[in-house]
Amino acid sequence: MSDENRRPKEGNSRETRAESGGGRRAASDDAQYDSDIEAAIRENYPALITYITAGDPSLEATKEYVEALDRGGADLIELGLPFSEPIAEGPTIQAAINRALDAGTTPQAFFELVDDLETEAPLLVMTYYNMILQYGDEPDVRPFVERAAEAGLSGIIVPDLPAEESEPLRAACDKHGLDLVFIVAPTTEGERLERIMSQVSGFAYVQARLGTTGARANVSGATHDSLARLSAYNVPKAVGFGVSKGDHAAEIIEAGADGVIVGSALIDLIASSDEPSDAADALEAKAAELKRGARRGAETDEVAPEPEQP
Amino acid sequence: MSTERERDGESSRTGTFGEYGGQYVPEALMPAVQELEDAYERYVLENEDGFMDEFRERMREFGGRPTPLQRADRLSERYDREIYLKREDLVHGGAHKLNNALGQVLLAKYMGKERIIAETGAGQHGTATAMAAAHLDMPCEIYMGRTDVNRQRPNVYRMRMNGAEVNPVEAGSGTLKEAINETMRDWATTVERTHYVIGSVVGPHPFPKMVRDFQSVIGKEARKQIQEQAGRLPDSVVACAGGGSNTMGTFHAFVPDDDVDLYAVEAGGSSLEIDEAEGLAPNSATLSTGTVGVLHGAMTKLLQSTEGQIMESHSVSAGLDYAGVGPELAHLVETGRVTPASVDDEEALNGFHRLSRLEGIIPALESSHALGYLERAAGTAADEASGRSPRDEAHEELGDLVVVNVSGRGDKDLETVLEETEKRDLAAAPEVEVFDQ
Repeated sequence: MSDENRRPKEGNSRETRAESGGGRRAASDDAQYDSDIEAAIRENYPALITYITAGDPSLEATKEYVEALDRGGADLIELGLPFSEPIAEGPTIQAAINRALDAGTTPQAFFELVDDLETEAPLLVMTYYNMILQYGDEPDVRPFVERAAEAGLSGIIVPDLPAEESEPLRAACDKHGLDLVFIVAPTTEGERLERIMSQVSGFAYVQARLGTTGARANVSGATHDSLARLSAYNVPKAVGFGVSKGDHAAEIIEAGADGVIVGSALIDLIASSDEPSDAADALEAKAAELKRGARRGAETDEVAPEPEQP
Repeated sequence: MSTERERDGESSRTGTFGEYGGQYVPEALMPAVQELEDAYERYVLENEDGFMDEFRERMREFGGRPTPLQRADRLSERYDREIYLKREDLVHGGAHKLNNALGQVLLAKYMGKERIIAETGAGQHGTATAMAAAHLDMPCEIYMGRTDVNRQRPNVYRMRMNGAEVNPVEAGSGTLKEAINETMRDWATTVERTHYVIGSVVGPHPFPKMVRDFQSVIGKEARKQIQEQAGRLPDSVVACAGGGSNTMGTFHAFVPDDDVDLYAVEAGGSSLEIDEAEGLAPNSATLSTGTVGVLHGAMTKLLQSTEGQIMESHSVSAGLDYAGVGPELAHLVETGRVTPASVDDEEALNGFHRLSRLEGIIPALESSHALGYLERAAGTAADEASGRSPRDEAHEELGDLVVVNVSGRGDKDLETVLEETEKRDLAAAPEVEVFDQ
């Protein structure tokens, strides 16, 4: 990664990040990491990254859930900004997105929620490209990124934006000090893998299996293949798509990942709870279970790199 | 392949038409999309292994090409100008859809794919794909929105008769948009051995160009036929536009002919107004009223809210009922080469009845929009007397020699037409109450 677009800034609490816009760190910071996201993964190895859909079933509930995940041990929190055509999602997250849209979740209200959130864990927004493009008066990605930085978000993940189309968003993210996280799929190989890995910021989102998001019973064999393919690259690697249990987290970390990403399993807890407070308790407990699992994987993984010393 | 990009050594964007087009797909699909780009260039553009020869031969023998260009005597009389109909309703399966479906299923075979998936709205693309897959011995699964499954039963039966599996999609309003979402999800899961036969000039590059190329036979034939039969190029060409595959197929050969005006007729539905609060667009007039955004792999014009949520579109014709449109067509409208127009459900229904009664051709409801526009733009003395709005300014521009693409036949629409006709007082309709007696 090049450092030419980094902006000098101080501190890394979410509040300071919000003031200075975005989560990129200056090269002169005491840590050697490029961004708050990378630091959150490296310093908290093995990292737990959680996803929930903002506005499912309401933005007030989302605030409670994010705080619960933060308490439970999430090291990074992805918030989904709902889009009506979520082509990368399986049934669980599709349903969450429908509930959020039915509740009237808008980008404006989403950013206001993020303005109010106080968490240890850096926050990322995960949404589809059209939502980013339409924020503001003209089809342009810049107003969204500017507002995201102002709200204190540290990064953006866009499931329908391959590296080939990412230049405008990449430039806007660089300007505002946000990470643009790329997905590496089981089908990503050769030159395309090279190109993506040369552009990675924050971490590489390793898609554990072909298909859509959704909790699964087992860790896919493709996970091990992908991690082996990526082992030569010195960037944090986090594995998502299908992770639902502490044992999965242990297996994935043992296979060489720096973090695990969990979404649908958390949304199942939200969907099956009668009261938001029940869901918050369940989310906190689940986050703790996953974090314990990840730690177990790190202990049994004798060849895994230790977290780099600050 | 990335060769084009590397040659140009500039922007990494590929497959664009002005600002439209591109490849906005999940990373897992990018290798497949690029593999398809490579196959498109080799087999379709360069005729490697005689692919295009085999395609054309099969379209002759299996598909029934070429289709006639027919002078419509009574319409010509009614509109006081020469009206010619390009008879795509006579393609095997009853619509232009086979041109593309057979091309893509054959291409999938050349690429060594083992399985075909496709979305369908009205069921015409699904039936065409199921026929092509049966013809070429490929397993085939079709995704179709629940609403469409219910309103297009005969097509569901036809697909199953041809051995395809039909998967109803329950999400959302259960129409084409949801069917495309679900097919993309299947493709993202099975991409290594599966080809997604997209049904229109939409989706990520190379689909818009490739589908246009398979469909361009419509305009190539029509351009040659009109010169043979009428002695010159037409003054205008009219085609309906949903996603835009028959539109681009008809227009492509005429685009360089600057003196030929091109009219893309969209579904005006019941109104051109958008209900932002409800997320509803009671029309599918994307070219006329849409705004720039990204859907299903391409940047194009969309029916969407100011926040970027895609609207539920509406048309009496299931095949036009889509909130997006092909990127190349959006570009041609933007540059002024193609003129967008829209006719509402009622004008389309009248167009349906008029062609059935005057010419003995029962057109698809999609094609009926092109015929509805003809009535409005060419005008008639009778209509002016009945106090309808003054003649469209397109009246003069339509000229003396007009080609209209009849993209499909209307057998599939009979139930819908009877139902919708009973609700209305339509000038061109027969007494439908007595049909069941």
